[in-house]
Amino acid sequence: MKKAIAALIAFLFFLMFVNILNSDSEEFKGIPKFGEVNLTERVSNKYISKSVSGDSGEIVYGKTENAESGSANMVTSIVVNYRSFDTLGEVTVLFLAATGVAILIGGGQRKSLAISVNPIVKISARIIATLLLAFGAYVFIHGHLTPGGGFPGGTIIAAGTLLMLVADDKKRTSKLLKILEGTMGFLYVVIGIAGLLVTGSFLKNFLPTGTMGNLFSAGLIPIIYSVIGLKVGAELSALLDDFFAEEGRK
Amino acid sequence: MIQYFSIMLIAIGIYGLLSQKNLVKLIVSLNIMELGVNIFIISIGYVADGKVPILSPIVNKSSMNFVDPLPQALVLTAIVIGVGVTALALSLVLKVKESYGTIELDEIRGDNA
Amino acid sequence: MSVISFIIGIVLVVSAIIAIEAKKLITSVVMLSLASLLAVVSFVLLKAPDVAITEASVGAGLTTAIFLLTLKRLGRRESE
Repeated sequence: MKKAIAALIAFLFFLMFVNILNSDSEEFKGIPKFGEVNLTERVSNKYISKSVSGDSGEIVYGKTENAESGSANMVTSIVVNYRSFDTLGEVTVLFLAATGVAILIGGGQRKSLAISVNPIVKISARIIATLLLAFGAYVFIHGHLTPGGGFPGGTIIAAGTLLMLVADDKKRTSKLLKILEGTMGFLYVVIGIAGLLVTGSFLKNFLPTGTMGNLFSAGLIPIIYSVIGLKVGAELSALLDDFFAEEGRK
Repeated sequence: MIQYFSIMLIAIGIYGLLSQKNLVKLIVSLNIMELGVNIFIISIGYVADGKVPILSPIVNKSSMNFVDPLPQALVLTAIVIGVGVTALALSLVLKVKESYGTIELDEIRGDNA
Repeated sequence: MSVISFIIGIVLVVSAIIAIEAKKLITSVVMLSLASLLAVVSFVLLKAPDVAITEASVGAGLTTAIFLLTLKRLGRRESE
């Protein structure tokens, strides 16, 4: 009976939302038809042509120099340049979540596994985890040229840590990870304040943006994405280690 | 087409939140709702025959027909917050199990006892 | 494109329903992982590779690992 009422409520919600989606009235103009978006009406148009603070002509890959934001990946230029302050808040939320997990369930010791893991598995896990760390670093350093960036890069690093923790039941992550994480969060704020002092706006880019498409371009974007990548990687690795810790024995 | 499926996912998540009694199932329902919302937000930025919003040696001019990058940036951060929220909720479930000995809402309230 | 997105959507919705209605918690978690993986495909179809790579590593990898570790600590009786 309770399930039927729940299903009815969910179905009514579905009908209501589909109705809003298909209606042509003036009240719901905010949701356009699928695929018929007019980008020139949106603020994204300025982000694509990198002309928020003045028109700079057409952007061409490999030729344009000193554009407003030198990142070839437009999503990255929004996440770390135009809306960097949002990202700082988001990193703070992630830090709070990781701290909450550590307070609630962290601190215990690991229980040893019922079976013994073969040494071949342990050593090859170590090799693969090294490759995963290198790949994670590659993803966040090239965040302004290719898909990826700090968040997936950090998660890939955490996946490497997960592999090490699964393969070896004596292994714990280092206490230095918390220090690394705190330092990186501090560094992000320091970069923001440096932008405030040099240009007058918090987290604004003050380095030359270079030629679009080069690895050493885009000013602050690769630096901030490396900071975010290391921070997210350290945070999620410590979080996974908290889930491996058993309660009770200190 | 994909918009209807994403709304269906949100509705399924609401159904799960209303009908289930296991705490882990409730967190799974929240995750499904989050998936639906993310797909919906991405889909309102889709342009027909649009290109991936990354400049490359082939797609090399900013005047080409791109999809909207702003919803993608929003969803990128929302996904990572989602994993933090999930981890915090699951650690709370572990604490509930420690205090009450069960993770069924009925038994915690004492309806069946 | 539209045929593929139709098939993906159907499987996505079915796996979400199984994830909620399954008796065992472990089935539910694995079906949630499958739903995340199909969401990755739909993100690629919607031309969002940045989001797809993040969802692939977070949704299908890390979230599933955290759920499974929680089930391990909850014990055998609760998982069934």
